[in-house]
Amino acid sequence: MTTEKLTDLKNTSLKVREHIIKMATDGGCFIGASLSCTDILVYLYKCFLNIDKYNLNDPQRDFFFLSKGHDVPALYGTFVELGFIDESRLQNHLKTNDFIYWHPNTNIPGVEFHSGSLGHLLSVAMGTAYDCKLRLQNNLVIVLLGDGELNEGSIWESALVAASLKLDNLIAVIDRNKFQANLETEKLNKLEPLAGKFELFGWNTEKTDGHSFLDMEKVFSKLNQNSGKPTVIIADTIRGKGLPSIESRADRWFSNFTKEEIECLLDELKTKEITILKSETLMVR
Amino acid sequence: MNYETLIENLIEKDDRYIIMTAENRATIRNLPEKIGNRFIDTGITEMTMIGMSAGLALQGRIPIAHALATFLTMRAFEFIRTDIGIGNLPVKLVGGVPGLLSEANGPTHQALEDISLMRGIPNIRIFCPADEDDMMICMEKILNSPSPYYIRYNNRKPFYSHSSHFEEGKAEIVSKGKDINILTYGILFSEALETTKLLERKGFDTGLINMRTLKPIDEDLIIKTLKKSKLTVILEDHFLVGGLFSIVAEIAIKHNIGSNVYPIAFEEKWFKPAMYKDILIYEKLTPLFLTNRILKEIEKYNGKQSNI
Repeated sequence: MTTEKLTDLKNTSLKVREHIIKMATDGGCFIGASLSCTDILVYLYKCFLNIDKYNLNDPQRDFFFLSKGHDVPALYGTFVELGFIDESRLQNHLKTNDFIYWHPNTNIPGVEFHSGSLGHLLSVAMGTAYDCKLRLQNNLVIVLLGDGELNEGSIWESALVAASLKLDNLIAVIDRNKFQANLETEKLNKLEPLAGKFELFGWNTEKTDGHSFLDMEKVFSKLNQNSGKPTVIIADTIRGKGLPSIESRADRWFSNFTKEEIECLLDELKTKEITILKSETLMVR
Repeated sequence: MNYETLIENLIEKDDRYIIMTAENRATIRNLPEKIGNRFIDTGITEMTMIGMSAGLALQGRIPIAHALATFLTMRAFEFIRTDIGIGNLPVKLVGGVPGLLSEANGPTHQALEDISLMRGIPNIRIFCPADEDDMMICMEKILNSPSPYYIRYNNRKPFYSHSSHFEEGKAEIVSKGKDINILTYGILFSEALETTKLLERKGFDTGLINMRTLKPIDEDLIIKTLKKSKLTVILEDHFLVGGLFSIVAEIAIKHNIGSNVYPIAFEEKWFKPAMYKDILIYEKLTPLFLTNRILKEIEKYNGKQSNI
């Protein structure tokens, strides 16, 4: 990866994080989960996926399904940077004049399918992956899962089926931020050893640092598309990444900050100077 | 022609169709070898099958998904509601052994709330054929519909020659009665048909309506029937709550119609598991039992004018 490319990716991530923070007021958003998957989304859309604003209607392009739908501010922030939607639309967040609400929906160009109910889009992505195979296409279908989402039984049912159907054009990326809504994942339903679980289910497994573009490049570029197995990539991330004042905090999953806090947090993104937050915590819906 | 042949022909002429099953192959046993990779058996995984069907439909396919009616509509309910309903995707859901057809399986397999559940989901339509012929007459239009559909699969051998004209939301009028009219759908159609004959013999002018689709519903016909009948009987192998009786009650209130209605359905109970004929006797659903129950009911209104 060239230095220019790396700088571009970092700049894009910074902008996406700014979009996310700006959505965390006037009703708020799931800021913690959004910041944890920001670098993954930026990497995938800018380096890996064959998806751009000109080929959205092409059935041979790649497909990206966001299964952990509550981190949609990261997706919309990325869409702004890709030119799928205009930045001004983000000001319609939670307003009735648009469709920018807490979970994704297909009224927004670039969203493949609505989500919000956890444990759905792995199977939906499998249906699309199966269709691509039927058409003898070489495109890829990527689905982003949350680690908390892995509590859902439907995920494991689908993991069993995807391996049996040999969907090697399917890649599940897990945003492994080690938190679910209120708790650390390992303090509720233990997920580890996570890679081992998928391996026993018949998947290829990879690990990456979900905040390092260089590491993601290393892992994603060596994927074998004809292995006969679906692939899971466990991306280690930090909930709230980029804002030290909320990083890895269980009580800052969902936040509705004051306007003053938003200004300070936008500064914190660059200076890393801790913001003193006074707004309500544990705003979990 | 049977269901399997119809599907096979459809697959040949239209590459949008994909056949799916959650390892329920009874009605499509010979298809895997004939249609190859357009047959997907996901195993005993109703949720995954429905999610996958949505992903296929997103790419322009029309998946026809099979599972037993209880597990399809209940185990996978939220997938149907969230993926197929919200998405308004043209997936066709085929529920096997619905209602009384589960025979001796017991209450775990008795889909008696499937219609109630499916009709509560915006966009999803419901088709309940009276027998195999009725199913074959209507099925191609149903499978061609751009809407998602729940189909209460019924391959009972026919005892009646059905009208070959079918429109979604239009019932089949078997006969019109001045005294009594029976509204029914699905497996109990044959019993209802015999019952109308017995009631005629007792001197009551009796009609019979085969609803075919419960959503959309033939509202005009229901309004006319309620207004003109001395007694409207609603016969269904469903819970009293949420099925045809509820649909008719909603229409009656909406149009301010007071009318004599006698529902025959399962009220707060499952039925006795047994072979079909024995269930009918035990649950008092044979034509003879039905006739006596209806005669007893109409005695209440004897001499009184039908009220509108």
